[in-house]
Amino acid sequence: MKLHIAVLALQGAFAEHRKMLENSGADVFELRCRKDLDKKCDALVLPGGESTVQGKLLRELGLFEPLKQRIGNGLPVMATCAGVILLAEKLEDDPATHFGTLPITVRRNAYGRQLASFYTDGHFSGIDAPVPMPFIRAPQIVGYNDKTEVLATVGNSPAAVRFHRQLAMTFHPEITGNPSIHRYFLEKIVLPGRKN
Amino acid sequence: MPEITRQQELNRNLAAMLKGGVIMDVTTPEQAVIAEQAGACAVMALERIPADIRAAGGVSRMSDPAMIRTIQQAVTIPVMAKCRIGHFAEAQILEAVEIDYIDESEVLSPADDTYHIDKNKFKVPFVCGARDLGEALRRIAEGASMIRTKGEPGTGDIIQAVRHMRKMNAEIRRIVSLSGDELYEAAKNLQVPLELLQSVHDNGKLPVVNFAAGGIATPADAALMMQLGAEGVFVGSGIFKSGDPVKRASAIVKAVTNYTDAAMLAELSSDLGEAMVGINADEIALIMEERGK
Repeated sequence: MKLHIAVLALQGAFAEHRKMLENSGADVFELRCRKDLDKKCDALVLPGGESTVQGKLLRELGLFEPLKQRIGNGLPVMATCAGVILLAEKLEDDPATHFGTLPITVRRNAYGRQLASFYTDGHFSGIDAPVPMPFIRAPQIVGYNDKTEVLATVGNSPAAVRFHRQLAMTFHPEITGNPSIHRYFLEKIVLPGRKN
Repeated sequence: MPEITRQQELNRNLAAMLKGGVIMDVTTPEQAVIAEQAGACAVMALERIPADIRAAGGVSRMSDPAMIRTIQQAVTIPVMAKCRIGHFAEAQILEAVEIDYIDESEVLSPADDTYHIDKNKFKVPFVCGARDLGEALRRIAEGASMIRTKGEPGTGDIIQAVRHMRKMNAEIRRIVSLSGDELYEAAKNLQVPLELLQSVHDNGKLPVVNFAAGGIATPADAALMMQLGAEGVFVGSGIFKSGDPVKRASAIVKAVTNYTDAAMLAELSSDLGEAMVGINADEIALIMEERGK
């Protein structure tokens, strides 16, 4: 049976997630407006892009409250880069937050401007081989509680964390051509909790 | 596929993060804040918007780095700035102020009528204008990590951007349909490296993100360009030359996300106040799209 995955397609690199998930055998649709909320959905992906744009459009298109409620009720979510900012309970440099369902504190543009963007290979707990990790004007997770599992660390800070069914990464697995993290999400987080 | 460096890959990836977004021209930190709040995914910092460059005439150059810095301090989204075609010293200065993207732009007065900047020598990413597939692939060969249509900036007339996008897509479709041995001749005729043409043939798209630019003034213009295959849009004069910049900027942002939803576009197009007056692209003497081929 196929998994049905919604990719938030308001702005950013959503097409890349879509391709990764489809190559991993999932049925993917782009979530752009309220009527897309009626579609069958086993999990949500929050892509990279600009969090200010995505946060604003979520609210103005009437998607914010319904999605926040669903994530709170246990809908599996995979978030990359800007998506992590949408999930974070606290933003270090900004009093405003978005969904706030993930108990972490995030510093936006923590590494600086585009000239500071970088690439590394790193270990991801639960995946055998090292995975490619491009960081692009990336945020940094600067605080988390003991219920949050750190799955990958780069430098001295968590690059990937899991809290219940929310998976958040400050780098971009969707643009690397390596599907192992998307498969991890489908197999270890989405499938086990599936109701039917 | 031609080998590209890790930095070029990161630069192409930054462009991918801008997809589905609107990049707005701003001339002051106040405008930059308005653009960010309206949902711009990046801003282009420049001293004069294209419509005013056109009106002022004379030589148009890179913006004052001090002015660019005030805009960098005002917003958290990426900040771009323009340098003149071929003016690599201006590009070096923009790299030194840690700009997120350089637009080697035909909107400014060209500094070199033969050579573009060797963008492969830079760490900072470049976006360049292109009217057709040949121009696009030549710019990519020089190191551009993002392409936009040239359009005819500062006019509010969409016809050029439409022409360039349609031409690019028609040429891509033609290249996809060629047999392998026909690609050599096509590369020769287009004056582009074979490896890049091979990538277009294999993937049915440019190897970098392609935005629409030039003459976009309404949510309908933005939706038109997105439906024609643009991956996002630049809006220059169209916002801050209009009656209600905040409302218009916000409407164009939403139009780019829901570009096929006509009912939503109807709502977004309502009561926007006056659009920029615009100049018919056939009535102007200075044709910027002809700059840099």
